[in-house]
Amino acid sequence: MQGAVLRHLAFESRKLFHQTQTSMPDTAIDSAQPITTADGIPLKRALARALRRDKMKSLALVSPLFIFIALTFLMPIGDMLWRGIEDPIVSSFLPRTVAELKEWDELSGELPQESVYAALVADVKEGADTKLITRVGKRLNYELPGMNSLFRKSQRRIPRLEEGGPYKDAVIKLDKKWANVETWQIIKTFSPTLTAGYFWAALDLQVTPAGDVELLPDKNRIYLNLFWRTLLLSGFITLMTLILGYPIAYLLATLPLKTSNVLLMLVLLPFWTSLLVRTTSWIALLQRQGVINDFLVWINLIDDENRLSMIHNATGTVVAMTHILLPFMILPLYSVMKTIPKSYMRAAVSLGAHPFRAFFKVYAPNTVPGIGAGGILVFIISIGYYITPALVGGRSGTFISNFIAYHVSVSLNWGLAAALGIILLGLVLVLYILYDRIVGIDNMKLG
Amino acid sequence: MRTKLPPYTSLIERIWHYAFRIICGLIFLFLIFPILVIVPLSFNAVPFFTFTPEMLSFDPEGYSLRWYEDFWTSVNWRGAVNNSFIIAVFSTLIATALGTVAALGLSRRNVPYRTTLMAILISPMIVPLIISACGMFFFYSRVNLQGTHLGVILAHAALGTPFVVITVTATLVGFDRSLIRAANSLGADGVTTFFKVVVPLILPGVISGALFAFITSFDEVVVILFVGSFEQRTIPWQMFSGIREHISPTILAVATLLVIFSIALLMTIELLRRRTERLRGVRA
Repeated sequence: MQGAVLRHLAFESRKLFHQTQTSMPDTAIDSAQPITTADGIPLKRALARALRRDKMKSLALVSPLFIFIALTFLMPIGDMLWRGIEDPIVSSFLPRTVAELKEWDELSGELPQESVYAALVADVKEGADTKLITRVGKRLNYELPGMNSLFRKSQRRIPRLEEGGPYKDAVIKLDKKWANVETWQIIKTFSPTLTAGYFWAALDLQVTPAGDVELLPDKNRIYLNLFWRTLLLSGFITLMTLILGYPIAYLLATLPLKTSNVLLMLVLLPFWTSLLVRTTSWIALLQRQGVINDFLVWINLIDDENRLSMIHNATGTVVAMTHILLPFMILPLYSVMKTIPKSYMRAAVSLGAHPFRAFFKVYAPNTVPGIGAGGILVFIISIGYYITPALVGGRSGTFISNFIAYHVSVSLNWGLAAALGIILLGLVLVLYILYDRIVGIDNMKLG
Repeated sequence: MRTKLPPYTSLIERIWHYAFRIICGLIFLFLIFPILVIVPLSFNAVPFFTFTPEMLSFDPEGYSLRWYEDFWTSVNWRGAVNNSFIIAVFSTLIATALGTVAALGLSRRNVPYRTTLMAILISPMIVPLIISACGMFFFYSRVNLQGTHLGVILAHAALGTPFVVITVTATLVGFDRSLIRAANSLGADGVTTFFKVVVPLILPGVISGALFAFITSFDEVVVILFVGSFEQRTIPWQMFSGIREHISPTILAVATLLVIFSIALLMTIELLRRRTERLRGVRA
């Protein structure tokens, strides 16, 4: 490597040296005088400059793509990270209230003083013109149900209150919830512009008024169960692809190259076929009036009333995703198995091992890198999968990604969607680092 | 396929040998059957997703081309086909151009921070699509690119570049740099050298990278659902909403056409691969 670099440099800057080389006698190397190029620059510096220029040239080639990826991909990811922690709504729409609440001790169990209510009235009056104040209610409703209606009501009625106060009793008369310490605690808890609240919510944790973080009661836990289900189903799918993929990879690796190339096409065809096509065909096969159920009824294995429900549940997700991800297991396994010399098995058998024993003691241990590579790859792809669980997963077969999509496009709780996404991203990155350690991302094989 | 078994194999081994073949056959069936089954189903005469008795008795009445006709005459599908090709072609062009140049840079000697750069450039392939889609939806809405063709093209180009970078870098591993110097020493300038010497040699890698980028965009459905809208609907977008809302065998007809399309693509890539292998064989 080093030698090659120098050769390259020698060529690049030949015109710089040539005079030095011709005019300088051999003794010059021993002299104290530093070697210089034609224009009197010390050779060392000229070399360093050439090297630097070479580096800059490489970077200049990479930079267009780098800038493109930064703008179209990294900034969106950064935007999502930001949305997971920013929470400007309460502080920007209730600025006076937030300032006054600083004085109030939320643990005292008493209602805030009159000045807080006065600030609230001022804030709501200002926000009522634009109707934006309801966004505060919408935001706080994620944390405490009922806040949305409270703010809608207040937005209509507070502007009609008499000027000059006192406001405390008047506001409480509008809605009893304003006499609830909990209402004020929630407003105070969510008044900072940066919050970890979405992350706590994404992990089924809640912040008590005292500032402690505690796990939600069992029946209210949604996301931990969902993460757990995603991991469990992905693990199961990975296991299924291993069980089905291993024999195929073994067959491909042991058959003569000509036959195995033809069979490899049968693996690559599903790999190249649109994901939606494969999902559609599983719907056609698995649904209640589908091909498999019809076949089972026709051979009288089941009767018409008791058709199996194999879709819109976890079974559908597992079957369809095993089929979709199987090539991702077969290909790395095959590329590892191809490199295992056939003579290993023959040697083991000739030394007296039963072929099965030879397989498990000699062949299988050699395929572990392939199992690791394929397994992690399938697992990583699986935990982030969205389309197939959304179409065939029903209720019990949906993944965490389906809830991210739900919060982005239906419930519009973008902060929570971002927090869930970031946790999932963290999980995937950890797995990729593992994958990189085992196989190296550079060695990823494509088809 | 049937290799002769050596005469000393025991009975159990013989049974296992054939049992293993049968098991593998069944797994291949699992791989291929779901793809092939939609072909006959797409010629169904009635709007069902399964075989009717008429179809099973090979009654010509049971078969029809009505779903293909439906596909061909529907404005929605026609728009989807147009959009799919427009978006895939433009995003492939961007991805291929940027990816090839970057791969040339990454394959030079002493690139600073090579591993980090590579990791960043490959990241669109690593990050789960739902997360990319989410982030792009948030960010592209801020800069008014959400729901525009340009936004979708840029998003798909970003998703396609890692494939180009990987395939072209792989081709450049065996690239003999003295060829560039030879061209230079014979008086060719940088641009001439690039187009006359470098491009012809790395072309197979560039083409297969471009094919990967094309298929990535052509098949992509998560990002388009978030970044695009009805105006940008592609074939996968239309299929997804079709499966969700009103399921009709038109989807099966489209699926059949897509299977044929992917077989054609697979053949192209296989031919390219054989060509490169043959060229390498000649050189060796």
